[in-house]
Amino acid sequence: MALLQIAEPGQSTVPHQHRLAVGIDLGTTNSLVATVRSGVANTLADDQSRHSLPSIVRYTDDGIQVGAEAESYSAQDPQNTIISVKRFMGRSLSDIQSGSQDLPYRFEASENGLPLFVTKQGQVNPVQISAEILKPLILRAEKTLGGDLEGVVITVPAYFDDAQRQGTKDAAGLLGVKVLRLLNEPTAAAIAYGLDSGQEGVIAIYDLGGGTFDISILRLNKGVFEVLATGGDSALGGDDFDHLLHHYLLNEWQLATPSATISRQLLIEARRIKEQLTQDTEVTASLTLEDGSQLQHKVTRALFESLIGKLVKKTISSCRRSLRDAGIKIDEVLEIAMVGGSTRVPMVRQHVADFFARAPLTSIDPDSVVAIGAAIQADILVGNKPESDLLLLDVLPLSLGIETMGGLVEKVVSRNTTIPVAKAQEFTTFKDGQTAMAFHVVQGERELVDDCRSLARFTLKGIPPMAAGAAHIRVTFQVDADGLLSVTAMEKSTQVKSSIQVKPSFGLTDMEISAMLKDSMANAKQDITRRMLAEQQVEAARVLETLTAALSKDADLISADEGVVIEKSMAELAQVAALDDTDAIEKAIKTLDACTQDFASKRMDNSIRLALTGKSVDSI
Amino acid sequence: MNYFELFSLTPSYDIDTALLAERYHELQRAVHPDKFANSSEQDKRIAVQRTAQVNDGFSTLKDPLSRAEHILALAGIDLRHESTTVKDTQFLMQQMEWRESLEDIAHSEDPDAMIAELYASFNVYSNCISQDLAGLLLSHSESDLAAAADLIRKLKFMAKLQVELERIEDAQFD
Repeated sequence: MALLQIAEPGQSTVPHQHRLAVGIDLGTTNSLVATVRSGVANTLADDQSRHSLPSIVRYTDDGIQVGAEAESYSAQDPQNTIISVKRFMGRSLSDIQSGSQDLPYRFEASENGLPLFVTKQGQVNPVQISAEILKPLILRAEKTLGGDLEGVVITVPAYFDDAQRQGTKDAAGLLGVKVLRLLNEPTAAAIAYGLDSGQEGVIAIYDLGGGTFDISILRLNKGVFEVLATGGDSALGGDDFDHLLHHYLLNEWQLATPSATISRQLLIEARRIKEQLTQDTEVTASLTLEDGSQLQHKVTRALFESLIGKLVKKTISSCRRSLRDAGIKIDEVLEIAMVGGSTRVPMVRQHVADFFARAPLTSIDPDSVVAIGAAIQADILVGNKPESDLLLLDVLPLSLGIETMGGLVEKVVSRNTTIPVAKAQEFTTFKDGQTAMAFHVVQGERELVDDCRSLARFTLKGIPPMAAGAAHIRVTFQVDADGLLSVTAMEKSTQVKSSIQVKPSFGLTDMEISAMLKDSMANAKQDITRRMLAEQQVEAARVLETLTAALSKDADLISADEGVVIEKSMAELAQVAALDDTDAIEKAIKTLDACTQDFASKRMDNSIRLALTGKSVDSI
Repeated sequence: MNYFELFSLTPSYDIDTALLAERYHELQRAVHPDKFANSSEQDKRIAVQRTAQVNDGFSTLKDPLSRAEHILALAGIDLRHESTTVKDTQFLMQQMEWRESLEDIAHSEDPDAMIAELYASFNVYSNCISQDLAGLLLSHSESDLAAAADLIRKLKFMAKLQVELERIEDAQFD
């Protein structure tokens, strides 16, 4: 006798299928991939049982090496072995060259002034190099889990600006991987720690990695992880400690113009000393020069601390500012969790302990906790835990503003505003008959445009000619849950939607992205057209599935006439989705989208009402 | 948009902030984009828009100054783009004094103490204004609301001072 399956109302009768999704910690020094299996999140190892992948890419005549293999050639072939590429993401070539670090690479500038590394495999940009690091991690996951991934969550420093976030997302896009969410690293760590400990209340995550520093203050309450404030420095990390020691030893040994190989060797040695000094109070640095001569120098922990003291102090200043922004007093912080390899440095721990007046929590693995947190969120976002009550409320790390007269910044969205956020600003024309208007969007806290980061410039065109001051242009800045900005504009009196072309100041142009996509596809198993068709088919199925469910549940929200129109468009979409014309599917989705817009809004309003149903106006 | 309605709260200057936070989380659970990760692009788009609205509502109601402004806006008095200024001479004198104190911080022997002192005086003064404001905002009479608008303008001056002080404090850290 067949057993009847009885499902809860509103739930599918189809047995729940586990979808494959991973979290990736794309780090400055090391990268990791993790996933949730049988309810437990773990990092995944490669076939040699190694979990962490050095974020190092080497371009040779024969191909591309990544990870430990590339690392072993780091000193031998520094020009073609790119380390710490994360520090170049979303940065211009002039930003990089004005930095204090000596870099062994040969650079060219792209059209937008982005750095291009000249390697044995030609010119590559930071997005492409990052994609090379992601690639083996994704392959590792697919091999271990035995199937294609439905999506990934990639972590980024909380303090990453728009260009740095966009670059990270573009890197995954090059591999054809669906990014479910860009997740801030300290927030990821908070998820892993919070769920594990069951802690409720205010916690601080101090995250000092290889190249970036973040401090986030969160309130944990019944599954809600609410970031109250975040701060940091996207160019401060253990790397800088290495460079300071490197610089010091070059001076001591009077090596004014070391070769690229010697310089890289010394950098590797500096890192070894830093790591050794977490255990010992004195370590001998040694270096073999090209002529075979040996250099040696004793480095004490006290000396190392005098070198890095200023940077460590800077992180404490960020902690103080973030607490103030969060409106939290030091004694309200229940726990300070230390994340990132550089928190192993004793001086860092000491200063954090002194500032917060309590011992920081160092029992969690500072290297893997971010990937674990990302895996937990990926598992939920992909739909494996529909009953989960986890909710992440994150913030914008840096204020968004626009340039006004005299090179001043007018803030549109302030830092530590919870995202997603949308803010509208009104502008008017300056001259009679003016039909275009130029905008410059910047990110940062300073008052002068030159002191902030330029995000994008765009020109608003097609403003109807009117007298000066008569046109009212409403520009809406929207930041999504990934922390990415988009801009739309409308002339209010005529309701004319103006076209905006956003030209990212330090991002890739659409042309560059499509060229890179073609390049990456040339070697891939699928070609680009097939991938785009598949994507549209998946979206079509999703649209139809969502709508069918919505119609059976909320049919009362639409009129009979509307229902007929929707049913007809749905049938048309179902028909073209079975064929292989990508454009036709896209068009049918758009048509259906247009006639269901109202219905979808009403449903959302309904769920807002339902959320507070039964709650009287004054109290519960 | 009436944010009190969105959060199912009685429009009032004195609100239960714990209840506000609770409602905020409930609304977020209904609309946050993470809850629509597997939905159509349309649903995702609307989720982002609604969440942005809920976030804006929460930050408007959470902060006393923007909450007061919102109550006046609901009564038809929009203070956002106005050019009216405060005419209270005594208040303006006090503002000037504080501005001078802000400039003196840089030359002070103990800037931290001075910053802490100023935060405290700003706080006391703002609280005084807030107490008067709470009463006026309960009224529906035109003159009371006009008086409330005047107090809100004063609170805006205080908010600017506060921002300026924070900026100076930040400079102390660096």
